Amino acid sequence: MNRHKTSLQQGFRDGIPIGLGYFAVSFSLGVAARNAGLNAFQGFLASLLNNASAGEYAGFTVIAADAPYLEMVLMTLIANARYLLMSCALSQKFSPKTSILHRMLVGYDVTDEIFGITIARPGMLDPYYAYGAILIAAPCWAGGTALGVIAGNLLPVRIVSALSVALFGMFLAVIIPPAKKDRVVAVLILLSFGASYLSGILPGISGLSGGTRTILLTVVLSAMAAILFPVREEKEQHDA
Amino acid sequence: MTHNIYIYIAIMGGITYAIRVLPLTLIRRQIKNRFLKSFLYYVPYVTLAVMTFPAIMEATQSPVAGVAALLAGMLAAWLGAGLFPVSVLCCAVVFILELFLV
Repeated sequence: MNRHKTSLQQGFRDGIPIGLGYFAVSFSLGVAARNAGLNAFQGFLASLLNNASAGEYAGFTVIAADAPYLEMVLMTLIANARYLLMSCALSQKFSPKTSILHRMLVGYDVTDEIFGITIARPGMLDPYYAYGAILIAAPCWAGGTALGVIAGNLLPVRIVSALSVALFGMFLAVIIPPAKKDRVVAVLILLSFGASYLSGILPGISGLSGGTRTILLTVVLSAMAAILFPVREEKEQHDA
Repeated sequence: MTHNIYIYIAIMGGITYAIRVLPLTLIRRQIKNRFLKSFLYYVPYVTLAVMTFPAIMEATQSPVAGVAALLAGMLAAWLGAGLFPVSVLCCAVVFILELFLV
């Protein structure tokens, strides 16, 4: 029991900088939620239930477009597919004795950052470590989103405009460091920028909704890269 | 708006949770299929890149400020800056440039 208490405290401590970062980024997500027509409670709820920056942002674009529910299903699957990989890796960190309840609770908040600190723990994962981090990170995330929806209305346009790129900054901080180590990823990112730009102006494909275009481009480009440059074991271990 | 926002949120939340929890509870071994593994490895980079550009130009008042934030963020992340510093830098670049551009 004492061991769990220590893990909980350590998780909470490691979760504080994560929570602070989340607060700032989710504020910008709240601005996007407001633009999509969500109120503060709906933004809070979406963040509390999702804990996913890219996934929520993608979802808000679907809501803004008033697109079919099926598009939301596909969009969420694609935008959050990386959590599938992370959870696969994280499942190897659990002792086989870890109960299904613990697994279900930890699964609530497998984000890039919380995955990062939990996978870096030596030995088997004590779920209480993850709970400590979640206890501070999740409220910051949901609270920041709600505040973004509210204050996005009150702040000057100049400030909102500046804050609206915080989310993109976070995306860049996630994708660029691996590009440094893996040239295929670097080229793929530049290719994705180009394809995304072209798909917005070319006749035919530009008529599709932004969400559908994201799904199409992701599936096509990732499949192409997977066929041409299949990953080796150790690479997958590093970045999972 | 013909669709219900709460249904959208429920779909988002339900699927996101399933994606995270199913591997944790069901899959006890590593995925073996090489294509599937490679595909899943590349997916996050493509999705995030596609969603970042050109959207970052449309999020700001001035598209030039958006592009500048993109380049500054890429450079900072390349040089090893973390999530929070990169985000703050992007915001600062837009704020300062738009003092002159807008």
